[in-house]
Amino acid sequence: MHIEIDKDVCIGAGQCALTAPGVFTQDDDGFSMLVPGREDGAGDPMVREAARACPVGAITVTGTEPADAKAD
Amino acid sequence: MQELTDITGPATPADPVSFPQDRTCPYHPPAGYAPLREQRPLARVTLYDGRQVWMVTGHATARALLADPRLSSDRRRPGFPMPSARFAGVRERRVALLGQDDPEHQRQRRMMIPSFTVKRAAGLRPAIQRIVDGLLDAMIEQGPPAELVSAFALPVPSMVICDLLGVPYADHEFFEEQSRRLLRGPTAEDTQSARTRLEEYLGGLVDAKARQSEPGDGVLDDLVHQQLAQGTLERADVVSLAVILLVAGHETTANMISLGTFTLLRNPDRLAELRADPALLPAAVEELMRMLSIADGLVRIALEDIETDGTVIRAGEGVFFSTSVINRDPGQYDDPDDLDFHRPARHHLAFGFGIHQCLGQNLARAELEIALGTLFARLPGLRLAAPAEEIPFKPGDTIQGMLELPVTW
Repeated sequence: MHIEIDKDVCIGAGQCALTAPGVFTQDDDGFSMLVPGREDGAGDPMVREAARACPVGAITVTGTEPADAKAD
Repeated sequence: MQELTDITGPATPADPVSFPQDRTCPYHPPAGYAPLREQRPLARVTLYDGRQVWMVTGHATARALLADPRLSSDRRRPGFPMPSARFAGVRERRVALLGQDDPEHQRQRRMMIPSFTVKRAAGLRPAIQRIVDGLLDAMIEQGPPAELVSAFALPVPSMVICDLLGVPYADHEFFEEQSRRLLRGPTAEDTQSARTRLEEYLGGLVDAKARQSEPGDGVLDDLVHQQLAQGTLERADVVSLAVILLVAGHETTANMISLGTFTLLRNPDRLAELRADPALLPAAVEELMRMLSIADGLVRIALEDIETDGTVIRAGEGVFFSTSVINRDPGQYDDPDDLDFHRPARHHLAFGFGIHQCLGQNLARAELEIALGTLFARLPGLRLAAPAEEIPFKPGDTIQGMLELPVTW
């Protein structure tokens, strides 16, 4: 699974960090960032929910769960 | 390809329902919105001045349109629709954040977000708990009975936002009264003068902070000693931001505490379930926000023609969003009128959606979990002290909540 965060559109609502706190957090400026070591989503089933919860569509999830991922 | 002009909209009833209307039961959409609930995802409504505007009623369409930059929030634009006569008087005023479009909105929002992150809200929990405990101690000492709005629902968020912003709580009677006049004073003059008085008060506070050599640790202190000092914000912007943060920071959460308490007391089975399993609290707060949708009428104006759901919203047309109707879209929520703490209530639009989604939502969640959780834990016998149907609640043209909440225990 590959997760992209577009910080140019992020508004710091924190929906991602609230929905999937194991994968998303907020940096000191309030922008969404991936928790170090969990950049591939760590198999968290809430990652796609977190992307859908983002009010500005700043999160793009591509690929499948890590178990199925080919590139990894 | 189909021409835009060939696309016809949904059949429009001869007499579109008026918006906003007073709720019949304070925790359900007004009975008069029944036709809107039948007409998804778009309907037409008539405003106080006779103007007809679009009303978004479908959840998916609301998400798409609230995130669409072709809809503007800038009320200074000619033709921007007003939900009531009282707000028409302040439409020329500069309104920070929620009255701005990008890129100015984004510039202001980015200055604010470090103060409102999930982490920051979590860090405020011990202070919120102390405030809640102190108010409940006083209420229990003096009662029963008690009037819960003035004893608890209003002072909790007022004290929290004062601490966070760096506004003296000693002035709370003044700013609570001006907020009340701003949001539901009887006339447009009330709204205008309340806004002026809040701007004068917070302007004085900003100036006093600017003179301090040792800045305080409030959000306003940061704005004054960083953004204002560096010239990235003008004084008028700082004052406008202060007004928004102070008013939105206490009025909305106060209404959620009072109306949330009323709703739980009127749904004893759900309350018993929550008391038996406090781990349900975050889900209960989320579901209450969906169900109560207290900010029930977001307003935008179309800057260009927007094609959606087989209809064209024309440039210059007003577009309203009834969150109480949207949050009960059966396409999104099964049995939407039921209070159900086990449903996935997330993705509700009670905080809005798009770039203007509530800045303070994480703080609000923390306050509501602590206030409601502690209230019902400390007072197992809490109940209404008057017949439910006699307890007054707010009219439809403002943030929804209880005017009073007489309780005993």
